[in-house]
Amino acid sequence: MSLSFEAFNSDFWYACIGAVLFVVALYAFIVSQPLLKKLLAFNIMGSGVFLMMVGLAQYQHGPDSVPQALVLTGIVVAVAATALALVLLRKWVLSGGQA
Amino acid sequence: MIPLLLIIPLVFALFSVLLPRAPIKLIALPGLVLQLIASLALSVQIYRHGASDYQLGGWETPLGITLHANGFTVTLLTLTAFIAIVCAVYALVYLQRYRHEQRYFWPLFWFLLASLNGIWLSGDLFNLYVGLELLTFSAVGMVALTGSKPSLRAAIRYLYAALLGSLGFLAGVGLLYGQYGTLAIQDIAEISNAAAPTQVAIALMTIGLLLKTAIFPLHFWLPPAHGGALAPVSALLSALVVKASFYILALLWLDLAPEAVAPAAAQLLGALGAGAIVWGSWCAFRQSDLKMLVAYSTVAQLGYLMFLFPLSIGTSAVAAELAWQGTVLHLLAHAFAKAAMFLSVGTLVLALGHQSIKDLAGVSHRVPLALFAFGLSAVSLMGLPPSGGFNAKWLLLQSALLSGQWWWFVIILIGGLMTAAYVFRVFRVSFVEEARHQFAPTHWLLDVCALTLAAAAILLGFVSQWPLQLMQLVPGGSG
Amino acid sequence: MNELLPVAVIGTSLLAAIVIFLLPDAQQRVRSTLNIGAALVKIALVAWMTIGIYQQELFETRFTILPGIDFVLRADSLSMLFAGLSSLLWLFTTLYAIGYLEGSPHRSRFFGFFSLCVASTMGISLAGNLFTFLIFFEMLTLSTYPLVVHRGTEASLRAGRTYLRYTLTGGAVLLLGVALLYGYAGPAVGEFAETGTLREVAGLDTSVLIAIFAVLILGVGVKAAFVPFHGWLPVAMVAPAPVSALLHAVAVVKAGAFGIIRIVYNVYGIEFSAQLGVLLPLAVLAAVTIIWGSLQALRQVELKKRLAFSTVSQVSYIALGVALFGPIGSIGGLVHLLHQGIMKVTLFFAAGNYAETLGIHRIDELDGVGKRMPGTSLAFTVGALGMIGLPPTAGFISKWYLGIGALEAGMAWALGVLVLSSALNAAYFLPILYRLWFKPVRGAWPDEKILAGRFETDPWLLLPTLATMVFTIAAGLLAAHAWSPLSWAILVSVREYLP
Repeated sequence: MSLSFEAFNSDFWYACIGAVLFVVALYAFIVSQPLLKKLLAFNIMGSGVFLMMVGLAQYQHGPDSVPQALVLTGIVVAVAATALALVLLRKWVLSGGQA
Repeated sequence: MIPLLLIIPLVFALFSVLLPRAPIKLIALPGLVLQLIASLALSVQIYRHGASDYQLGGWETPLGITLHANGFTVTLLTLTAFIAIVCAVYALVYLQRYRHEQRYFWPLFWFLLASLNGIWLSGDLFNLYVGLELLTFSAVGMVALTGSKPSLRAAIRYLYAALLGSLGFLAGVGLLYGQYGTLAIQDIAEISNAAAPTQVAIALMTIGLLLKTAIFPLHFWLPPAHGGALAPVSALLSALVVKASFYILALLWLDLAPEAVAPAAAQLLGALGAGAIVWGSWCAFRQSDLKMLVAYSTVAQLGYLMFLFPLSIGTSAVAAELAWQGTVLHLLAHAFAKAAMFLSVGTLVLALGHQSIKDLAGVSHRVPLALFAFGLSAVSLMGLPPSGGFNAKWLLLQSALLSGQWWWFVIILIGGLMTAAYVFRVFRVSFVEEARHQFAPTHWLLDVCALTLAAAAILLGFVSQWPLQLMQLVPGGSG
Repeated sequence: MNELLPVAVIGTSLLAAIVIFLLPDAQQRVRSTLNIGAALVKIALVAWMTIGIYQQELFETRFTILPGIDFVLRADSLSMLFAGLSSLLWLFTTLYAIGYLEGSPHRSRFFGFFSLCVASTMGISLAGNLFTFLIFFEMLTLSTYPLVVHRGTEASLRAGRTYLRYTLTGGAVLLLGVALLYGYAGPAVGEFAETGTLREVAGLDTSVLIAIFAVLILGVGVKAAFVPFHGWLPVAMVAPAPVSALLHAVAVVKAGAFGIIRIVYNVYGIEFSAQLGVLLPLAVLAAVTIIWGSLQALRQVELKKRLAFSTVSQVSYIALGVALFGPIGSIGGLVHLLHQGIMKVTLFFAAGNYAETLGIHRIDELDGVGKRMPGTSLAFTVGALGMIGLPPTAGFISKWYLGIGALEAGMAWALGVLVLSSALNAAYFLPILYRLWFKPVRGAWPDEKILAGRFETDPWLLLPTLATMVFTIAAGLLAAHAWSPLSWAILVSVREYLP
């Protein structure tokens, strides 16, 4: 692989940042106790994955609508998942659980 | 024909959301019958004309959504439809005492079916992701249905574990797209190689799917979720939902990227399966709650499915074929047997008013049919003849012999004995005479449902040839 | 028609079982009629098939159950030996059980599983290959467990657990053996053919075959109560007398012995087995069991436990007969399958009568019972004399053939074992007979129930006992008759050695 300055374009950095976010948030997810914190970690992990998906694909093939569409779907799914989790958490706290 | 299998459950889900309570129950059964008919019709079509594809909306890949049906797909579709009908009948009766929950059960039920069908029919990776997410949401919703504190806790745990798994899966999908530029499974299967990104992707997806299938040691979420949910929900979860992520795992390893997976990794998966069998059976044996015993039994039985990998990767074609057949039969037999077991246990709990195993005295006299259904399903789970479970065990044993991997052989035999240990724990108490409590009467339909599924597990032992042949005769059959 | 008969034989009991399970306990007449009716139909079907087998007809039901493996029900001469014994004794045991369980709870459950047991035993006798045999062998375990724990007491449940531990493990070992055999030599080897199928297959390593033989015999040997796997048998005596009679004379132990016969004669073939050299270890194992069982019987204080260890010992006569190479020895083993069944059933029926009528469980309570219950005691006497091997009982015929077979096979030591065993049998049976007839009554009986006025005990209990006693004598006296068990055993043996 020939390393040139153009090779490290913004997509590549997005992908790297995405990977870092994913790993850090994964650690936070596994380690932290409060459920709300886990949810936040999940959201950040999601963002990390999305960045990786678009970044890597576009780094290799240039602007590409397919991964963008996938990420949009993924964001929607993540929002729905977060909503579900929040509803459950709320009921859980209302029943006396620890958040 | 193919899109019908997605349209039917989605339409009925919509109806269930919009309509008030009474019509929901009325439309449930006709809808399910429709789905069963559609599955059978598709099976006949596939049997006659071979595997087929369907592009939704007529758009080609990679932007379009491809649905793919082969012999294995229609087997799973029919299995889903059949178990769904029986569980629905059971739920119609069982949920009469849960009026509030009924409102939400049915829409979730239909979405569950839609997502399952979507996964079985899926022809590309992203569709699988969407299906998995929809499946998760429906399943989590069903687990949390009663809103009690323990079920909320179980649901949150389940949701978090499942979401973590999905992210792993999605990350893998992203990597795969990055390398191959397409998401269609057939296309990737043609050009896949053993490059590093593929291996990383497969690894990520595998971990995510293992989490979703509750394979030891990532099984922590399953017992509270399956053991704490309502009986028909537990049946659907153990019989079908966990199988979906396993199906995807098998698809990845055997179909999508067979070169990228090393035999050593396959042995590791087998070892996890062995761990699941031993640990799950041991925990089941130590349980004092009836439903938790059945839930840990699921953890144990899912371990058998993991033997597919070491027995078919890096071994001869004959051994791989036997392993595949054994795994499919086990999947089918366990689905019937475990659903039957949960339904019969649900009836027992209803009659007894509690879930404690120590206090099952008198059950064999007062609730005999439910106990009998439990017994029949236990026969299949133990792998005793004649049953689908025995045939599956036999095929796996033969495959282990042929490929010289005698250690799986030993684990399978031991697993059968350990299953017998915890199953007969329930039986021996039920033969004790002094009935110390009141027994509530239970509706006969509950028993009929459990017996139907249990009988199906036993009958599968006699008609194993049908699904096996359906998968073999169809080109591209053993997907 | 010939294809349906094997299924019909099993089907009569299966159907009966299903109907009986659904009957409420109180419907005694219907249930009894159904039971007896099904037993009679079965005897008729078995008789029909036996006549057909004699005339070299073929009865086979076959369908493919797994790729490459068939589910086969085939009647051959050996099947009819076992099936005939089972169906006949079933009728008597059913009659006996109806009387024994009069008024006790859960009779529908009992008779339902009873019928399932019959169905499994018929399946075992009619199985045409090892795979089918395995299916019904395990079914037998599952259907006998509820009978062992029927009473629901703590002792029954413990006995049931022990029973399961032994039989399920044995079943797993058998599965191991069958899977190994099929995997190593191909599924065609599992088919039961008259002189064995294994020697047809070329290129098989003999040491592997010997190992597989050991595993297979071990698997069936648990049910056949070989030492040291006989532990379940005495423990299972807590079950009601009809169950003990069933398990010990007809179903479980005989199924194990039958399995040994099938493996040696119809899978490996007697000549091939002799070639492999596995017959001598089998004979030694049988001999050890014979002696050990008899020694343990001497030490028992309870009547049923003594009979249990007697069974442990006697069933190995069959295995010994199988291991003696030569038609005479084989005849001895095969005919003892039948004779031991008839005699043991008689003994257990009598023991059950003593327990039910007078509350007698221990041997030292038997003083003077001969005067109180002469019919039962006469039956017990005949059965005991048969066990010892005195003419003109059936037991004498079996021992005679076994002895000559031992000499013929060049295993004269086996003759010594037989003589020693007869002496031990005498040692533990004769004192009982002495007590029955010659000792005065000690005092009040432990738990007397006046069951039937002038009769010594309920006719349902007495008549089957007397009937099997008559069979015991008849099988010995009329052994030369064309329809005696001996003649049938000779037929089977001849077909094994000269196909």
